Amino acid sequence: MAEPGPESKPAAARVRTLIHLPDVQRRGVPFEVRTTLGHAMENGLRPDGLGNVVPRNLVTSFQCKLDEALVCDVDLYPAIAANPYLAFWVRADGPGTLHFEWRGDNGFLHRETRRVEPA
Amino acid sequence: MRPRDASPRGPARARRQALLLSAVLLPAALMAQPIANTNTTAPPADPRRSGLFFMSPALQVLQTDDSQNPGMLWVQDGAALWRTDAVPGGKSCASCHGDAAQSQRGVAARYPAWDLASGQALNLHGRINACRGRHQQAPPLAPDHADALALTAYIGQQSRGLPVAPPLDARLAPLRAQGQALWQQRLGQLNLSCAQCHDQHAGGRLGGALIPQAHATGYPTYRLEWQGLGSLQRRLRGCVVGVRAEPFAANATEWLALEAYLATRAAGLPVETPAVRP
Repeated sequence: MAEPGPESKPAAARVRTLIHLPDVQRRGVPFEVRTTLGHAMENGLRPDGLGNVVPRNLVTSFQCKLDEALVCDVDLYPAIAANPYLAFWVRADGPGTLHFEWRGDNGFLHRETRRVEPA
Repeated sequence: MRPRDASPRGPARARRQALLLSAVLLPAALMAQPIANTNTTAPPADPRRSGLFFMSPALQVLQTDDSQNPGMLWVQDGAALWRTDAVPGGKSCASCHGDAAQSQRGVAARYPAWDLASGQALNLHGRINACRGRHQQAPPLAPDHADALALTAYIGQQSRGLPVAPPLDARLAPLRAQGQALWQQRLGQLNLSCAQCHDQHAGGRLGGALIPQAHATGYPTYRLEWQGLGSLQRRLRGCVVGVRAEPFAANATEWLALEAYLATRAAGLPVETPAVRP
């Protein structure tokens, strides 16, 4: 069993993400998008240091759209580790905006956008 | 009548003891070292290896590629904290130190270091807390507070790739000696010292896990087992509990002494903060 995490909450508990796009994107050529969401992914089965069960708190879905077109749609399940990392390929035929959206338990919703300008 | 040994507890206990014994004795088979070739005039290659060296290629990339390394979540937080006033209307780190990429390059590689004002050695986390107290009028942060991890990860990252450079400072000698003694001190119900695993049996296995050489070059480190970033103290505590000893108190000198000794032991190896480990 994993040792209970002593990490306490930061002063401002904000949602943290890392989104990586290649520096050079070419029109019509697929490029890789890498996303990491800072999230505990508590499966609701784990006891804390005092033996109490930590309530379930999962990210359950992720979507990425290039403008209106869906490019990635993911369901996440309890066996996925904390800070889920998702990488996928996108082909852009012109400039546009990538819309990232994570949804989860307790009404969790986080959105990010990134501009793509393929040359 | 059933003999005593057939009681339900007997075999289980015997199995446990056998398992325990084999865990202690099996690595002894690995103790025989190849005899060094004494004919060569070239200096022997440095046998020290970071834990990075023992990981799978996929895990190595998870550390070395910043776009995959989950520790960068904390580094990103640390960069924001660096520029944020510690208390409203107070000073930020950047108010005095400016751009961390320049002012903090190589800093983390030198800690633990001697602090003249308090007359004691401080690790990087202690230095941050000292700064908070003296210049920012902010309360100290616990070693595994998320803000402390974020700041040490951000400052540590500025030294990435530079060699660990413990200062040539005689005032640190007693602390390092204490750390070395602790390193060789048998501890706990398993009666194991750090050195028995990490010096004598590094590269072997304890159960399914590979025993690394324990060079603390990448702290705070993202451990997959923790599913988060953690301090060196947390890592050391895990080992102390692992040999079934009672860990030292959170503010005990023993942790700092071990850190000071480990810094001399890893001198010259590149800083990897934020590292990723299994």
